Amino acid sequence: MLQNRSSYPAQQSAVAPSLASSSEKSIPTSLTPSSLRTVTTPRKVTIYDRNLNRRAPELSLAAFAFLFNEVVQYSQKNVKGIQEMEIKLSEYGYHVGQRVLELTVVREIKSGKRETRVLGLLQFINTGIWKSVFGKPADALEKSKDQEDEYMIIDNDPIVNKYISVPREMSQLNCAAFQAGIVEAVLDGCQFPARVTAHSVPTDLFPLKTVFLVKLDPVVVERERYMR
Amino acid sequence: MARTPRQVGEEVWKTRVEKVNAELVTLTYGSVVAQLCKDFGNDYIQVNEQLDKMGYNIGIRLIEDFLARANTSRCRTFKDTAEIISKVGFKIFLNITPTVGNWSQDNKQFSLIFDENPLADFVELPDDGKAVNELWYSNILCGVLRGALEMVQTQVEAQFISDVLRGHETTEMRVTLIRILEDEMPVGDD
Repeated sequence: MLQNRSSYPAQQSAVAPSLASSSEKSIPTSLTPSSLRTVTTPRKVTIYDRNLNRRAPELSLAAFAFLFNEVVQYSQKNVKGIQEMEIKLSEYGYHVGQRVLELTVVREIKSGKRETRVLGLLQFINTGIWKSVFGKPADALEKSKDQEDEYMIIDNDPIVNKYISVPREMSQLNCAAFQAGIVEAVLDGCQFPARVTAHSVPTDLFPLKTVFLVKLDPVVVERERYMR
Repeated sequence: MARTPRQVGEEVWKTRVEKVNAELVTLTYGSVVAQLCKDFGNDYIQVNEQLDKMGYNIGIRLIEDFLARANTSRCRTFKDTAEIISKVGFKIFLNITPTVGNWSQDNKQFSLIFDENPLADFVELPDDGKAVNELWYSNILCGVLRGALEMVQTQVEAQFISDVLRGHETTEMRVTLIRILEDEMPVGDD
């Protein structure tokens, strides 16, 4: 469609007189049958025309780390407690997650089918999302024995926490709430409403090990039970 | 042996930089700007200022990271500084090399012209009429430059003068040298 820009025929078709007042581009119109495919509306290049795959799919980790540091510092100013701060970070993550879901689905899922079962979706998150966003699949996926609606995604070294140090008085805070927000948005986007929270379980080998607790809504549990 | 800034930048990018998914950074920055717009009630002038401040905080720490990785020699003139910023600095952190141009007569002002801006991928400014005229989306970069250069004794002012998101042809940032700062001894030292 963009090739028609090179010629701007003088006559204007009766179809588009009102568009003549639009600012920069003149209307490529023509009445000959061979060019019936010509677009008759002014065509600005919007972001929807751009290629989804960037030329360079990687940036430095430092860029993300610095940016995230600023996010954490900015959030600290307006909140009064750790809970609020985690909620704020989770909101940033939610915003990111909604878009990450769309991108990953377009790129990774070649079959075009979306997951309808909980386990399938969690595995998609573990491998698909984690791999494309964080560079490696998540380390483990566990189902809670006591509660039917709780699952746990374990990440031994979440990259968001790599350059964050938490002071002792705020040791309850886990900035992986940002990552939890991403997961929550993905789940919500796939019609599996849930609450996701991040908890740190440091071990000797992995001092930053984090467990993402996924608590599914009762609606989802019902649906799973029905589908079984 | 890497000599030109461009070669230095490429080499550091390939060997000494840990990579992360570009979209994570893009989307995180997007959510930061969106949150700021919400917090300031769409007062885009304030959002610009806040982004500049955040960039300043980033810049004062980023310069350490840069010096540790790039290990370039001291810049002798402001022109050298401009080259290093565009070919090494931006390359290391954002994997882009904006072009340096439009030098002023006294060599104290130059422009960085970005042909691609990873922070502004997939972005469209809101359609409320104000954003397109008031918001500089990538203003954090101005703050970063200001902060980083201040830590190396160079006081500059950086601002965007055109932005593709606003409908202009290119994204261009104008950097002006204000003065070279002298090292000041802390009060009380003899």
